[in-house]
Amino acid sequence: MNTLAMHAPVLLVAVPLLGAFAVPLIGKLGRGVRDIFIGLIVAATAALAGLLAAHYFGGAGVPQLYVLGGANGFAIPLPSGLSVPIRILFEVDGMSAFMGLITALVTLTGAYFSFCYWRERSGGNMYYSLLLLLTAGIFGMELTGDMFNFFVFLEITSIAACGLIGFRVWLKKSQEAGFKVMALYTLSGLFVLLAIALLYGQHGALNMAFIASQIGTFGVSIVDKIALGLLLTGLAMKAGAVPMHMWAPDAYGEAPAPTSAILVANSQASLYGLFRVLFTIFGVGASIATNAWILIVLAVLTIFVGVTMALVQNDLKRLIAFGAVSQIGYMLLGVGVGLVRRASILAGGGSLVDSANALDYGFVAMQGGIFHMLNDAACVGLLFLASGAVIRASGTRDLNKMGGLAHHMKWTTIFFVIGAVALAGVPPFNGFASKLLIYQSAFKVSPFLSIIAILSSIMLLAVFVKAFQGAFMGSKTGLPEAGEARPGMLIPMAVLALVVIVFGLFPGFFIDTIVTPAAKALWLGRDAYIGAVLGGG
Amino acid sequence: MSIGSFSFDVTASGQFPYIIAAILVAFGLYALLFKRNLIKMVIGITLIETGVNLFLVMVGYRSGGAAPIYTYANPGQGMVLPTPQALTLTSIVIGLATTALLLSFAIFVHRHYGTLDVRKIKELRG
Amino acid sequence: MNDRGMSVIVRTVTRFVYGLIIVFGFYVIMHGHLTPGGGFQGGAIVASAFALLLVSFGAAGIKGKLNKKLLQSLEEIGALAFLGLAFAGLGTAFFYNLLAHGGGFFGAAVPAGPNPGILNAGGLVPLMNWAVGLKVMTGIASIVIVMLIGARKEETE
Repeated sequence: MNTLAMHAPVLLVAVPLLGAFAVPLIGKLGRGVRDIFIGLIVAATAALAGLLAAHYFGGAGVPQLYVLGGANGFAIPLPSGLSVPIRILFEVDGMSAFMGLITALVTLTGAYFSFCYWRERSGGNMYYSLLLLLTAGIFGMELTGDMFNFFVFLEITSIAACGLIGFRVWLKKSQEAGFKVMALYTLSGLFVLLAIALLYGQHGALNMAFIASQIGTFGVSIVDKIALGLLLTGLAMKAGAVPMHMWAPDAYGEAPAPTSAILVANSQASLYGLFRVLFTIFGVGASIATNAWILIVLAVLTIFVGVTMALVQNDLKRLIAFGAVSQIGYMLLGVGVGLVRRASILAGGGSLVDSANALDYGFVAMQGGIFHMLNDAACVGLLFLASGAVIRASGTRDLNKMGGLAHHMKWTTIFFVIGAVALAGVPPFNGFASKLLIYQSAFKVSPFLSIIAILSSIMLLAVFVKAFQGAFMGSKTGLPEAGEARPGMLIPMAVLALVVIVFGLFPGFFIDTIVTPAAKALWLGRDAYIGAVLGGG
Repeated sequence: MSIGSFSFDVTASGQFPYIIAAILVAFGLYALLFKRNLIKMVIGITLIETGVNLFLVMVGYRSGGAAPIYTYANPGQGMVLPTPQALTLTSIVIGLATTALLLSFAIFVHRHYGTLDVRKIKELRG
Repeated sequence: MNDRGMSVIVRTVTRFVYGLIIVFGFYVIMHGHLTPGGGFQGGAIVASAFALLLVSFGAAGIKGKLNKKLLQSLEEIGALAFLGLAFAGLGTAFFYNLLAHGGGFFGAAVPAGPNPGILNAGGLVPLMNWAVGLKVMTGIASIVIVMLIGARKEETE
């Protein structure tokens, strides 16, 4: 078990990749064998993610390092006496392990939902291949410690995601959505590549910890600032922050229902990349405060515009997609407030460790933002899966044309209500716990932020009431397909609903175990991150 | 001074390749944002990729260096950095996959809508 | 673009040349660890020979002669071979070069610094070059075929 935990970072990427390449061959043996194989691969991936998290959260709490292709020593000493790491490293710290858990949950439920959802259509081999490729890419983005490796996995997820969005080639709108989303993903990837080229030219290495230590020693030069701006633009574009959010409703709306949940994990992974850049690589000095204020402005715009556009939607999936866009704003708000406070603590000469132990409002904001990532993934995933079942049962996506499904689909109705109410932040579900932390800490920066956040939560509840009434209320319909969703579709929804309820009833336990180490890894773990690579050699 | 810092020497001869890379990226952005044909937008994306690849290769240049290959190399000759060349190769491969996917989508859009004009392909609104 | 292909001159020259291009592509793949080249570059050259055939003889001339299922199977074998070679060194680390400096297959010792290139050296790197080259040549060939021939069919759904 110990060797498995040692190899877990790279196996998390290699096992889905192996599955993605092997699915077309095994698919020739028949549909049942293929489904069993994919189920095993996804279960193994989720188990590995759990093992990785248990190893970090239950054990040492120091970043775990994995060197690809070498055993002993990966740093070469240059003639000037400086020693530069030359291999590609995977570095897993608290935030990476946390994101790994989120991705594992969403992929597990999405893949098992797909087994039932795709039953009547053809061309399934390539769909599962793309799904597993997307999974491998998202895990790679979250675990890597090398900037260019991050870019490669970013592009892998872009291509796989767009392949899945445009998968149903017989639908007109999905092709248009696929083109627009691919163009925007490629543009954001090219901005990130330009920034990586600038950082390489300035510092001579691609390793994140090495660049961080160079910036710590020599300060932030103008080339670094340009690179930071480009990285901010590229990664925020891919995460779906306003004003670059126009691709999100097209992407989440046109993808098949189980895939939309995994696309949310994709956006969150690029948000993770943004946090890694801001906190670990560029985390010194007061120059970060300006970027933090940009984050807060983007967050408020995203929250407000997301909810407002969701009010006018008639299409069920686009409505949920706009809701997901506005939740990204909450995560940005929490972490932005934390960044502002962290910069002012550092400028004032305070100690980060003391502020974390004293639950300073900046640290609480970080906890809220990071916890909201998990809650949002679970709730939005549940909503998309339920909407998939609803669309399958009623045959249409237009809210004006469907109705009365509550009589036929009792369980799906309950799951939809749980997901909607939790996302809007009503106690006792998990959305309330994370949003309360964000409201409390944003209030200390400016009351205006809290007011916008609370108002948007209320509007989101109104949006989901409208969706609920359109889809489920009304008299019994005469549609032949309207019946309860099959058990294969109900069980993943039940798993996500269980997560929503349990995390809402015992938030303190989960915050102490999972969220606080992740928040600490970003808040004060910069030196530990650098030391794991450069200290030991 | 850190490793490989950029010099701010503004004489044109040393900076010429960087200026060309910037011009390529500018042309690509113009084509992507202002052209109405889907294929022209794809060409714009390809131009941006080419500009970024050129920039990436130029980062590794050391004056007086030869290609970084050990087979039949002159002993005692300095070489340019090989890492940016590997990065550029990876970027070219990614660009191939991206362009193939974009063109496939363009083919299907043309099959469904009958036109490649962006102004007429507006079924997704709101 | 017409289905009959291009003129007699083009077709005759293509019949001479495409074999040479394929051999050159294989040379580039094989010597990837010594001279510029490697899996992707050599695979793209072989695929361009295939595209040359497709353009000169037209879709009708090629349709009977190629086997799309064989191309897909070769593509999968290439991908699985690459991943299998990466897993081979898992005893030490993922992607560990098992055969380098081992004295056996592809395991000759390499002197540091400039040298006349030794083909037998490099460990797992030439094998991975072959896997990647196989995948790239069949992959790009599949893309070109689907774009040319598949795009002409009407919707079947």
